[in-house]
Amino acid sequence: MKKTNSLFRSSLFALLLLFLAWILSSAGVLNLYIQQVLMYVGINIILTLSLNLVNGYMGEFSVGHAGFMAVGAYVASLLTVAVFPRAWGPFIFPMVLVCGGLAAALAALIIAFPSFRTRGDYLAIVTLAFNMIVKSVLENIDAVGGPRGYMGMSKLTNLVWVVFWVLITLLVLRNFIYSNLGRGVVAIREDELAATLVSVNTPRLKIYAFCLSAFFAGVAGGLYAHLLQFINPRSFSILKSTDMLVMVYLGGIGSLTGSILGATLYTVLMELLRPLELWRWVVGPLLLVLLMIFRPTGIMGLRESRWIRPAADKI
Amino acid sequence: MMALALQYLLNALQLGSVYALIALGYTMVYGILTMINFAHGDIFMVGSYLAMWATLFLLGIKLPLPVPLVFLGALLFTMILTAALGVAIERLAYRPLRHAPRVSAVITALGVGLFLENFTLATIGPEPRQMPAIIPVQQLSWAGISFTNIQLLIIIVSIILMLLLDWLVRHTLTGMAMRAISYNRPIVPLMGVPVNRVISMTFAIGSAIAGAGGLLYGLAYPVLDPYMGIRIGWWAFIAAVVGGIGNIRGAVLGGYLLGVVEIFTPVFLASSTYRDFVAFSMLLILLIFKPNGILGRPTFEKV
Repeated sequence: MKKTNSLFRSSLFALLLLFLAWILSSAGVLNLYIQQVLMYVGINIILTLSLNLVNGYMGEFSVGHAGFMAVGAYVASLLTVAVFPRAWGPFIFPMVLVCGGLAAALAALIIAFPSFRTRGDYLAIVTLAFNMIVKSVLENIDAVGGPRGYMGMSKLTNLVWVVFWVLITLLVLRNFIYSNLGRGVVAIREDELAATLVSVNTPRLKIYAFCLSAFFAGVAGGLYAHLLQFINPRSFSILKSTDMLVMVYLGGIGSLTGSILGATLYTVLMELLRPLELWRWVVGPLLLVLLMIFRPTGIMGLRESRWIRPAADKI
Repeated sequence: MMALALQYLLNALQLGSVYALIALGYTMVYGILTMINFAHGDIFMVGSYLAMWATLFLLGIKLPLPVPLVFLGALLFTMILTAALGVAIERLAYRPLRHAPRVSAVITALGVGLFLENFTLATIGPEPRQMPAIIPVQQLSWAGISFTNIQLLIIIVSIILMLLLDWLVRHTLTGMAMRAISYNRPIVPLMGVPVNRVISMTFAIGSAIAGAGGLLYGLAYPVLDPYMGIRIGWWAFIAAVVGGIGNIRGAVLGGYLLGVVEIFTPVFLASSTYRDFVAFSMLLILLIFKPNGILGRPTFEKV
């Protein structure tokens, strides 16, 4: 009885949020700049949630998430611009995003094999190398514009779609984390050897989590490409990956609420600091270093809001 | 044909020397703290800016200093200041995290690197600077190979520095303490080794060598910009991993190997834009078959 009740409330809340997004964006309540910032916030929330699965919940260390985002962005853009007729755009947009996400997940599967043979620092090295390789490959393919970038996408991303995908990401990741598999993921973080001993299939689980994370990074990439209507390999450099790391560690590792908070705070802060011009880029790294020294677990730490934890976990 | 190959090899040696110098810093810090100091490439960048100012100053004062003195003065100035920078970074950013999870230290290092880049960008401005020529360039040729005195200087100075470091690590008390810490961290303090001082020393030496690399690189490629440390730093890092991170001779080997990759990729693929792709793919493939690098020894997890 209680379960159906909370399910009903959550769906109602989601619908309300979607409706609010639709009203706000179509009725001209918000000006375009604020809408734009809100969409960035949404995309960053998706990215942060997805990276948190690997870095926060699984305790592995991926620094190349911008690589997955790039794969998603380029695949989705190619589909809407070169493969399908332009008029179909609005109808196939969700499918296109899913394709971008799947391509990113496939890329994750490919690099998972070399990286999970070793742990810790080496995963950082491999994901970093992946980020560099993706950027380098994109710069060398003339069909997608090489270093000049790729354009011609229609502006298909709007506030409603962003909110929709944020909700989907939150739902899927939350259900994954509190499922049997997800508890295995947390066990890997706490002690991989002990997890293996209690028959958690660690190699397979790591690949699942990694691919799921890459999938949502790819979706975020597709949204980003159709918001900006222009992508180039440089926008998916290691700087982008570092931004994501800042957001994850600002909000709190191993906390979905924290990721939402971290992404929102960081994006809004960076917008507010725009008048500082070049000095703005000094703030992010400095913030990261200070966070690591003084509060390495982030704002939320490992805590989670009551809304997200399942009923069985509430004590 | 032979002469051409030798010509390329000489270029590879020149570039490889710089990579090897920077890779040494990565590998030394990893050996002692098992931490990847991602800010190291940016210490190299700061080093080349410092070298630029030092030479501008030394050439600017009215005294007619002889060329070797200007070079040595700039080298000394750069090495001392970058050493101080390295020690300061370790003291302020890494030491508070010594007992934190290793991931925190790595992220901090990434943050420090970005901070150095963007701070330089914000204070000096984005436009590239020109490194003044300390030594007039002379074209030399021997047995059909043409080279410059700068190339020769870079290779010789690098090799001297590497031999110095090798001697320092193998034959001095500090070096012995470094090797001891990298061999068994928990036991060493019990033997009365001042761990903090040795770690500071490691950062000082590694950063000073990177600073020297900055000066030498600036002599060969005199255009400096705040983001120059990223690419060179990553390449040097690959060099350290390929050679076996934590192993000093491995870093030198990896450095020269990467120099060869960078110079010979355009020869075989007819385009220099693939060099990042080739280098990072090489790294990935190597990690699959030999996860500890060429000279690294395997580590085992104790339960």
